[in-house]
Amino acid sequence: MTNTATEAPTEPSGPAPVKSPRRMRVDLRQYGILAALAIIILLFEVLTNGRLLMPGNINNLIQQNSYVLILAIGMVIVIIAGHIDLSVGSVVALVGAVAALAMNSWGLPWWAAVLLALVVGAVIGAWQGFWVAFVGIPAFIVTLAGMLIFRGLTLVLLTGGTISGLPDEFTAIGAGWLPPLLGEALDGRDTLTLLLGVLASVAFIVQQVRTRATLRKLELPREPAVSAIVKSAILVIAVMALAWQLSAYSGTPIILIILAVLILLYTFVLNRTVFGRHVYAMGGNLFAAQMSGVKTQWVNFFIFVNMGVLAALAGVVATARAGSAVASAGQSYELDAIAAVFIGGAAVQGGVGTVVGAVIGGLVMGVLNMGLSILSVDAAWQQAIKGMVLLLAVAFDIINKRRSGR
Amino acid sequence: MSNAILWMRDITKDFNGVKALDGVSIVVERGEVHAICGENGAGKSTLMKVLSGVYPHGSYGGSIEFEGHPTAYKTINDSEHDGIVIIHQELALSPYLSIAENIFLGNENASRGIIDWNKTNREAAVLLARVGLNENPATPVLELGVGKQQLVEIAKALSKRVKLLILDEPTAALNDDDSEHLLTLINHLREQGITCIIISHKLKEIRKIADTVTIIRDGKTIESFSMKEADATEARIIRSMVGRPLDNQFPPRTPDIGEEYFRVENWTAYHPVDTERKVVDDASFTVRAGEIVGFAGLMGAGRTELAMSIFGRSYGTNISGKVYKAGKEIQTRTVSEAIQNGLAYATEDRKKFGLNLIGDISENISAAALQKLAKGGVVDRNQENKVADGYRASMNIKAPSVSSIVGKLSGGNQQKVVLSKWMFTGPDVLILDEPTRGIDVGAKYEIYGIINQLAAEGKAVIVISSELPELIGLSDRIYTISEGRITGEVVREDATQETLMHYMTAGRD
Repeated sequence: MTNTATEAPTEPSGPAPVKSPRRMRVDLRQYGILAALAIIILLFEVLTNGRLLMPGNINNLIQQNSYVLILAIGMVIVIIAGHIDLSVGSVVALVGAVAALAMNSWGLPWWAAVLLALVVGAVIGAWQGFWVAFVGIPAFIVTLAGMLIFRGLTLVLLTGGTISGLPDEFTAIGAGWLPPLLGEALDGRDTLTLLLGVLASVAFIVQQVRTRATLRKLELPREPAVSAIVKSAILVIAVMALAWQLSAYSGTPIILIILAVLILLYTFVLNRTVFGRHVYAMGGNLFAAQMSGVKTQWVNFFIFVNMGVLAALAGVVATARAGSAVASAGQSYELDAIAAVFIGGAAVQGGVGTVVGAVIGGLVMGVLNMGLSILSVDAAWQQAIKGMVLLLAVAFDIINKRRSGR
Repeated sequence: MSNAILWMRDITKDFNGVKALDGVSIVVERGEVHAICGENGAGKSTLMKVLSGVYPHGSYGGSIEFEGHPTAYKTINDSEHDGIVIIHQELALSPYLSIAENIFLGNENASRGIIDWNKTNREAAVLLARVGLNENPATPVLELGVGKQQLVEIAKALSKRVKLLILDEPTAALNDDDSEHLLTLINHLREQGITCIIISHKLKEIRKIADTVTIIRDGKTIESFSMKEADATEARIIRSMVGRPLDNQFPPRTPDIGEEYFRVENWTAYHPVDTERKVVDDASFTVRAGEIVGFAGLMGAGRTELAMSIFGRSYGTNISGKVYKAGKEIQTRTVSEAIQNGLAYATEDRKKFGLNLIGDISENISAAALQKLAKGGVVDRNQENKVADGYRASMNIKAPSVSSIVGKLSGGNQQKVVLSKWMFTGPDVLILDEPTRGIDVGAKYEIYGIINQLAAEGKAVIVISSELPELIGLSDRIYTISEGRITGEVVREDATQETLMHYMTAGRD
């Protein structure tokens, strides 16, 4: 390009306004949702006279919402790729039924039943992925059919009604805690939980420092130090407060560990892996992804296999927490998961969304549920309020986007 | 001066503090064809949006007077009510509705909500006759080509008793015949007293049709002159558009051509839906290392189809033929296989097929060769940003950083991102389909420089273009395509527009 450098007419290329890069913008959107979550928590904390954040309620908040959060993690990937999955609620019920039957009727040990459940989820995901990816039927239709098919199969399996009396090891997945291995400290609090909180905080800070060091070395732009410190401080305070409250109840819910692993894992998958990048690329522009050599059919297929496995995990957790399998399990979970994803800042047309956003969106819904329940608001009104929150969250997002000229 | 139909004075408009229009003034005489020229991003479209009320009164500075009255349009309906109709580059017709339905969409011949179909079709037929479109008003619009759809748009404008018709790049997507027809039609409309503003990049057209031309650069009016003036030349327009004389549209190059490197033999492809129809018919061609080979053809001749069917069978069915690279046969059955075998194809429509517009520059540049940056399926972000930053510098992509969103860049910079993406795959054979479409003069020059550079590196470069002067200026050799067949092969020395056009129309009635 030697000649262009010297004689090319300088291109007056119109105004090239300096826009904040996308990562930053996505983060800002997430901070918005985070702020909304904080406000809702504060609001209900005041309205309930401090009952919302009592140790037992925090514990329940985690255990009650865990399956929706697991579903939301799978759903956000589906939605980023430009699809939707309406079948996950039915998959939760079917997988729960299979797991319960496996333990109570077929005599499988609990761990084998869990494994079987995940395999069933993968098979269901492969089934739906096949129709979406290789036959080209819109996911809305495939999963609407799946919603009916799997609910129907659940009813077939559970002709006898409810299956209860599941092994304790199994129910612990949804309703159990880590054993108090390190005994008690500080006025009867669970030491292990406090230690985990400290470890998580330290790990986060170390990771932040290391990332910044790498960026500095490579001379890439990085977040201002002040904002990074404030961000870390808030996160550490939140984690320690959570650990503090949980330690006063029954300790660390097992499901919290599972959730933490999933959040870290899938954030990594979406941000750092080729697969994740392909998901965003397809959601942003499917044709461009195809013409860049992305094997879009296989990516779509795996997105649904993954969703199936996560739905199965949610099914295991939900069944474990309920202690029984019923045919009506998981009803409208798909809508909660989808709502969580959109409250969390994902775009309906695809290409945009994050795991953390979806989880925060799920927590917004969860806190609302819990707060309204503590206030003994009628269940019917709870639904209506949740609907309004979804609408307002997305409206806020769209108006915000329009104002910033996009 | 008293005969002016439109005065726009000192129009200013800014977006979040960035000035898009900075005191533009324009006077349009009644009954003239007034051309507005300027590079992309100069502010032409913004100006037309201000005029038509897309940006409502109050959101811009300056004053507008139409037919002697100051305007204060709040919506596009207000301006249409006064007889100002704008036809955008992207046509706004509903594909499954008929021609007549489209013409009267939003303006139906109805009493109490019941549509009078006889009246609708009768009036539509009259309007179609006026624009010279010989089609049944009941034909669904999707059965028409782009050129005819454009005519439907104009018929729609006529149905609204248009006084000032604004055409934004009307011939950008048309072939030469359709363009010619459209220009004739604009002439007719002028005779009927309809004033016309035409935004165009094609200076030949402007010379042919415009009475007056106004040139805008960087949101300012540079000059406005009558085309009847002695020095109203294309050179003068270009000079005003870019701000300096453009002596040479093409950067200098000394071809260094090696052995035959890429060969396609007996390539045939059928239409994906109409599977009886051959779209590419027994095409054979070669490209040598370091050579730039042009492909010329009218719209619909099969140029893009040939390229896409070779590149991963992205178009067509029942494809047959052989592809050789450096003497060995290679397979290109999927896009990823084609990329692995050293092919790259920059698509004709970069927004639709080339870029993730909501993604940032580095994501787009790495998109076709992500595995180069990944270990065990994990992408090395830092490395990716380094690579992208390298291209940003070497390709002169004008953006604050590699995390800028591609959708916000100008057309020229977007095209540089596309080219960077393909260069990063390390290709041996590059097929560039309309690499300078919709790009302003300055950026075109840079793109030509990049293409020359690729050839100088010994790559085989294929350029497909609708602009014959571009092909002639750039290529060492040009193949012509007509009706899916390769009809001619012309070397640089013999390439004139007349010769090429002769072959491009070969085999047609």
